[in-house]
Formats: sequence, C-alpha cells, structure tokens
Amino acid sequence: MTLPADLATRIRAAVDHDGSPQAAMLEALRLIQHAEGWVSDERLAEAAEVLGVGVAELENLATFYSLIFRRPVGETVILLCDGAPCWLNGGDAVRDALFARLGIGFGQTTADGRYTVINMACVGGCDRAPAAVVGRDRRLVGPLSPDGLAALLEGGL
Amino acid sequence: MTGLTPPNGLAPPNGLAPLTGRARPDRVPHTLAEWQALGGYGAVARALRMTPREVVDMVAEAHLNGRGGAGFPAAHKWRFMPEPGTTPGDGPSYLIVNGDEMEPGAFKDRLLLEALPHQVIEGATIAAYGTHASEVIVLIRDAYRGGIAAMQRAIAEAEAAGLLGQNILGSGFSLRMRVHPSAGRYIVGEETALIEALEGKRAVPRKRPPFPAQVGLWGRPTTVNNVETISLVPHILEHGAQWFRALSRTEEGGTKLYGVSGRVNRPQLIEAPMGTTARELIDRCGGVSGNGVLRCFQPGGGASGFLEPGDLDVPLDFGHTARAGSMFGTGTLIVLDQTACPVGVTARHMRFYARESCGWCTPCRDGLPWAARILDALEEGTATRSDLDVLAMTAAEAGPRGRSFCDLMGGAMGPLASLLARFGDLVAAHLDGGCPIRRGML
Repeated sequence: MTLPADLATRIRAAVDHDGSPQAAMLEALRLIQHAEGWVSDERLAEAAEVLGVGVAELENLATFYSLIFRRPVGETVILLCDGAPCWLNGGDAVRDALFARLGIGFGQTTADGRYTVINMACVGGCDRAPAAVVGRDRRLVGPLSPDGLAALLEGGL
Repeated sequence: MTGLTPPNGLAPPNGLAPLTGRARPDRVPHTLAEWQALGGYGAVARALRMTPREVVDMVAEAHLNGRGGAGFPAAHKWRFMPEPGTTPGDGPSYLIVNGDEMEPGAFKDRLLLEALPHQVIEGATIAAYGTHASEVIVLIRDAYRGGIAAMQRAIAEAEAAGLLGQNILGSGFSLRMRVHPSAGRYIVGEETALIEALEGKRAVPRKRPPFPAQVGLWGRPTTVNNVETISLVPHILEHGAQWFRALSRTEEGGTKLYGVSGRVNRPQLIEAPMGTTARELIDRCGGVSGNGVLRCFQPGGGASGFLEPGDLDVPLDFGHTARAGSMFGTGTLIVLDQTACPVGVTARHMRFYARESCGWCTPCRDGLPWAARILDALEEGTATRSDLDVLAMTAAEAGPRGRSFCDLMGGAMGPLASLLARFGDLVAAHLDGGCPIRRGML
C-alpha cells in the first residue's frame, strides 16, 4: 500500500468523527483529492481498504458527485457558472473568452497543467454574475468580463 | 425596507432585518464574544428554560414557513418528531441543517453561513431542543468553503464555552453539532437524498412514507430544515411570536432574505418583510437593466414559473405567489428585461436540472435531457414544429406531482410549462431561424 501514512490516519479519524466507515467515505475521497488534486483508481482502492468497504462501493460514490474528480485536473480548477443568472449577465462572452485564452473547453486541462475549466451551476454568486469559483479554496470571483479575465489569470488565481 | 445594515450595537435587531441586521458589511463572521455582546445566545438560554413543546408552540404561533422551497410550516414538521423514549431501539435523533444551496438564482444561505454562523448555531440548538434531537449536522455545499470554515470555527467556540456539548447552560440538554461538506449535485438538497448522501450513498431520494421524522438518518428520527429557516428561529424566541408575525405583511410570518439577480442594475440580497412585491425589490436593485423594460421574472428561483409585469404587485410569499400561478420556492428573483429571452433562460435551467438529477427514475433521466436538447435546438433554429409538441407533452405528462419519484422533475417543468403558456408565440418564433431576440428581430 502506498497511501501516505498521514492520509490513512486522517481517513481513520474521519471514521471516528462521522461515526462509521460508510459515513466517512465521502470525506476519505475529499481528503485524497485535497492532497493530490484528484482521486486515482489506486488511491481509491487504498482508501477502500483503510475504510474496510468494497472498492465498488466507494467507486459508486466517487462517480456520483460532481466535485470528486476521477481524472487529473490542473493546478487551478475554474468552476465557471453556466446558470441562467450568469448567462443573463454576459456569461457566454466570458466563457468564450476563457476558452480562447486557455485553448481548452469544458472538462479540459491546459497543456501546461495549470488550469482545468469545468461548467457548474449555480456557484451561489448570482449577485456577482457572471461568476466562477476558483482554486482549492473555491474562491468566488465575479462579476467577470472578457477583458477582466486576462488580468485575473495573470494575477494568478 | 432595510437591507444588509451594519451591526447595530447592543440594541435588539431593528425589527426589519433581524436575520441579517447584525451581519458585517464585509461578511467577516463574529467571534463568540462579539456575538454575545450583540445579544447572541440569549434566545438559546430562553428556549432552554421552556419545555420543548412550548418552543414548538411558539414557532407555530409565529407562522414560520420553511425557507428551503416547499414552504411547509416549520413547527408542523417539528411535531412529527417522536418524544424521547417512544422510538424503538437506541440511538440519537438528528437535526440536519440544509445548506446545500445550489439552485440557479439562489445565493441567500451563503451569506448566512459565511457571515452569521453563530446565528445558525443558535437556531439549530433551539430547533434540536424542540425536536428532541441530540445531534445536528450542518450540510454545506463544497463550493461554500468560507461558510464551512466559519461554521466549524463557530461550533468550536460554542463548544469551548459550554454552549454546545453536555448539559448546555446547566439545562440538562446536550447536543453535538458538526459540519458535513457536500460534494456536488443539486439533488443532494432534496430531504431524503440528503440523508442517503450522509449515509455514504449516492444521493437518490427515498420513498415516503416513512417520513424522515420516523425513519431518517441511520434509521433514526430526523428533521431537515433550511439554513434560513433555522436562522430565523432565535429571533422568534427572543422577541416572541406576535413580533415575528408583525414583521410580515401577510399571514406568513417574518422577514425573507430575497435574492435578486438577472437583469437588474444592482443584483443583491435584500431582507424585507414577507409579502414584499417584486416591484419594490427591483426598485431597490436600481431598476431593470438591459433596455430597462421588464419582460418577466421568476419569483422563486430556477424551478418557479414566469410572472409578468402585471404581477409586479403580487405580495411575494408562498401562498400569494402560488395563486398568481408560480411558486415562491427559495424567494430568489430572476429578472428578464425585453432584450432577454425566456427560452434561453429555460434552456439553461433545463440543462442544469438534467445534469444535476440523480438519474434514478425515467422521466427525469430521459425526459430532462430531451427537453434540454429541444430548447437548445430552438435557440439555434434547428427545432421543428413537432418538437414543440414534445415539449408540451413533457410538461403536461411529467410535470405534475407524483409522475416522477421526487419533486425535481416537477420543479424543472415549472418554468417550461409557464414558458409555453405565457410565451407560446415567442417560442414558436424560434422555429424560424433561432432566437429572434438575439437576431434583433424583436
């Protein structure tokens, strides 16, 4: 088993905190993703072993929730809102400018591994539409504009 | 009408914005000491001197309707919870505070979680006491990291001060509270799907009955309340049921945290009396943006049917909005001016619902993507007249309650049905080359 010891320890702590291995499954996936950016098959199997649950049981969960990533993602994940309030305030132009600038579409990662763009609604920032949440701390940014994007990306998300 | 006002010192809430009146403009959450200096936890002390039944009676008398979307009377839901010792088997009873806010147009719970976590704890403690719950789980969507951190910090502070944990304030009442981040998908916000998610399963709704109050989380009695509902509870205990009812302009008590978005000049959250009209809320937001002429609005988030300029003076609460032919839902307005297309708005809602459905039952899994594709085709000008029949059939056959396993499908059909009913000519005009508004034809 190659699961880092501290991760295994934290997964066991999650079992105590949440009351059962089943209840802690999502937290285990979250801990792995927080440490490594995504959840690989290998890590998923290792976590299942630590939890004492079946691999398929954990996989079943991992593939349901949209914010558990089962493929590698870039250093910064941009969750760009494609909901109606953002669209009403120019969301399509922001999306197009972002795609053009990064050379990728939804669900893709830039060649240099810096950015992944995923569409999501709603990010809870309708008063700042068009909005996105960015990075591991899921920081809300908005209102976004095609011109403002460049500065935002250069400033480091 | 008062919106997000600065903290008002030691005075009790000003009466118009009890829910948000103490929030800092910068949304930085209060420390426990700061919150107590503002009168915080007084309502908890008061509640714990009453019996649980008296607490529930007071909330009933206040006419507090749940703010999560369904508008079910909070006290009525609480009364489903069994008295201690009347449930077979051992184990806790649960209160789940639902902060998995994810519907397009809704952004109110974010503020309450981020800026006013001690208010949530106070409300949850009182609700737990009234429902005989011994554990509270605050479920918060993963994207609200600020809210998760604020709640975790506030819970730790409250525990350290003896406001959570064993024998709270010497009352004999004990309560454990923890935060559980959700991992995405709108369906997690559904009451029973949420319970499945907490048990480490896919968030697929459960069949009711049995209701969660009988068989909920881990088979134990469980109440699920929205963050805003819970946040209003301390104010009822602090100032009384009559005071709370008097805040409202209608029979449904209290204030409402309205979120206004879309084509308005200053989209924002506004705490205002229940029954405030869309006209007042839009005015407060600096009026309609775009070409400045209102075409329509959704009064209650993505799942609510469209209302038109003639409905601007409808008092926005659950009852009045339903009678006007829409749904109050989360009380979050989405505004469209004459240069915004309701077909485009509905198309985006439909894609959202299709993507966020659990996919367990057929009308939702197959029907929503189908409707979404047709709406996209309408926008692009590739739809046919028979597609309109399919849309009408979908709304009529799959929309009514009971045709699908949970209410997600019915909710998704709300805007579609009203789009077809109110804007049939505009929809049909899309058959001739796509969106006429985008092409400057209208």
